[in-house]
Amino acid sequence: MTAVSDPSQLSDLVAEATDTRVNLDFESEGMTLNMGPQHPATHGTLRIVAKLDGEQVISAEPICGYMHRGYEKIVEVRTYPQINALINRIDWLGSFANEVPFILAAEKLMGVEAPPRAQWIRTILFEMSRVANISLFLGDFGLQLGGMTAGFYAFRDREHVLNMIESATGGRFHPNFDRIGGLKDDLPKGWIADSHVAMDKLLAFCDEMEDLLVGNEIFQSRTRGIGVIPAEIALNYGLSGANLRASGVDWDLRRDGCPPGLVYDQADWKVWTHPDGDCFARTWVRLQETREAAKIVKQLLDTIPAGPVMAKVPRIIKVPEGEAYVATENPLGEMGYYIASKGDLVPFRVKIRSASFNNISIVPWVARGAYVPDLISILGSLYFILGDIDR
Amino acid sequence: MRTWPSAGRVSQLSSTDTTTDSAAENEAVVETDVAREAVLAELTERLGAAVLGSHIRPGDDLWVRVDRSAWRDAAEAAKSMGFTFFDYVSAIDWLPSPFGRDMDAQEDLVVSGAEPKAPAPIVQGYAGGDTRFQVIARLYNIATATGIHFKADVPDDDLSLPTWTSVFAGANWHERETREMFGITFDGHPNLINMYLPTDFQGFPLRKDFPLLARRVRPWPGIVDVEPMPGVADSEEGEAE
Repeated sequence: MTAVSDPSQLSDLVAEATDTRVNLDFESEGMTLNMGPQHPATHGTLRIVAKLDGEQVISAEPICGYMHRGYEKIVEVRTYPQINALINRIDWLGSFANEVPFILAAEKLMGVEAPPRAQWIRTILFEMSRVANISLFLGDFGLQLGGMTAGFYAFRDREHVLNMIESATGGRFHPNFDRIGGLKDDLPKGWIADSHVAMDKLLAFCDEMEDLLVGNEIFQSRTRGIGVIPAEIALNYGLSGANLRASGVDWDLRRDGCPPGLVYDQADWKVWTHPDGDCFARTWVRLQETREAAKIVKQLLDTIPAGPVMAKVPRIIKVPEGEAYVATENPLGEMGYYIASKGDLVPFRVKIRSASFNNISIVPWVARGAYVPDLISILGSLYFILGDIDR
Repeated sequence: MRTWPSAGRVSQLSSTDTTTDSAAENEAVVETDVAREAVLAELTERLGAAVLGSHIRPGDDLWVRVDRSAWRDAAEAAKSMGFTFFDYVSAIDWLPSPFGRDMDAQEDLVVSGAEPKAPAPIVQGYAGGDTRFQVIARLYNIATATGIHFKADVPDDDLSLPTWTSVFAGANWHERETREMFGITFDGHPNLINMYLPTDFQGFPLRKDFPLLARRVRPWPGIVDVEPMPGVADSEEGEAE
């Protein structure tokens, strides 16, 4: 990572890096290509307005807002348990992971800590959400690049994780299982053994994906060297999660600055980084992350302590006056909630810092000079969920 | 087991734990936060009188309120101090909601026969403040795993701030969002157009005096939730089972 201390120097660097990628010698009249809002590569309804010169992208501007649901406004008139059900819908592929930072922030303000068993199960379900989310990414990204098989395998094997999440929480996609002070329920009988089996299947799926997709020559030629994001630029745009680690920045909120209430320090696992910063690196890092997540789950399943899953909290949740920001490493990157409370039943202001919003804001920079098919690789590998952008 | 700083720590977490231990743990936490004090001291040295207020929650977070003329300088100073990861920019409207403390719609007040409440005073959060609107932003230092929350007062008669886009490119979209939701403009921003809303949208939705229409036409569902359970004393200290 090169250090640029003078900010004006950085903007020069950005401009320079951007301009060398576009050959303006043969500039033609150009054409505007509208991608979306219903394009399969957009995971929802994102529209990209790309200005083209031949096959080359001169500028690409994402237009969001087709799915803006105004969460930051509506949570000001909803109680904390109600908000918990709402924010499940932000990143709908890893829903449980959305609940955790919000609950942790509220717990921090209230001075409540969940019992150890609840912390363990929270961490397990958090990582299961990650497995479910990223396994679908692997299949979906393959699908976008023309590898249909990967898509089918991903949908097949994600089902094992969703079944486990469903049997524990009652919800396949929107568990609404986390509570201030613990969890809604304890685990059902036989769940731990079944989860081991499911995670083994997912580990096998990762091996399969490594051969089928990541090791595929066509896949590699579509992704290697495409959409390169240097570490300096990635930090500058606030990219987080696998997108940042694929640019060589060794930072994971699960390891560095993990908020109290999650027990990642109780498992032996590794943070993977990749120096290239291209579409391939982002996919590769995510594949390794799925493996690590499955390993974390398997280790924690063996060490769940006995005890209650709910601390003593008032039946009517009133969060004391104060402000708190808690962020966790969600499947898509850093997800955080800034809660400003006035001691009411409802929060005074909640700022939702979602990962995809920052991750996708780099598209105008990274797409410049790319070719149209590469735009699909770039969008797919940055991996965003529309609900996570528009909130 | 991997040994991270917190590894091997015995957590006295659940309410069934003895209270003496948790009290001792609390006291250990309350001691001053040397690292964040040092960050604050360095920021104060660089920005001088522009640092108007600060708040440190030991072991957790740091809030710094700067003068709005030094908003961009604050970003540059923090960036050169290693806070290179851009987190977010947003704003807070500290005006208590004119629709009642709990967002009670006037319709609810008619139904319940209550008098409209007198407006509560504006009380800003950590690090203080003088104005209704405050812009809040967060930067993060990956090496030391510490973050800074910056706040700046924005007076009502001139809702503007210098932009951060030249320091952190990621601020571009966040400032657009803040502009359309709160009406705070960012001087020098290259493309301050709407992010989510239609271009002809009137008003700024996240301001407290912008009514949530779905809320105005129906009684607040939260009212149902706070009714006591049958047979339970009407006490807010009711404990979960």
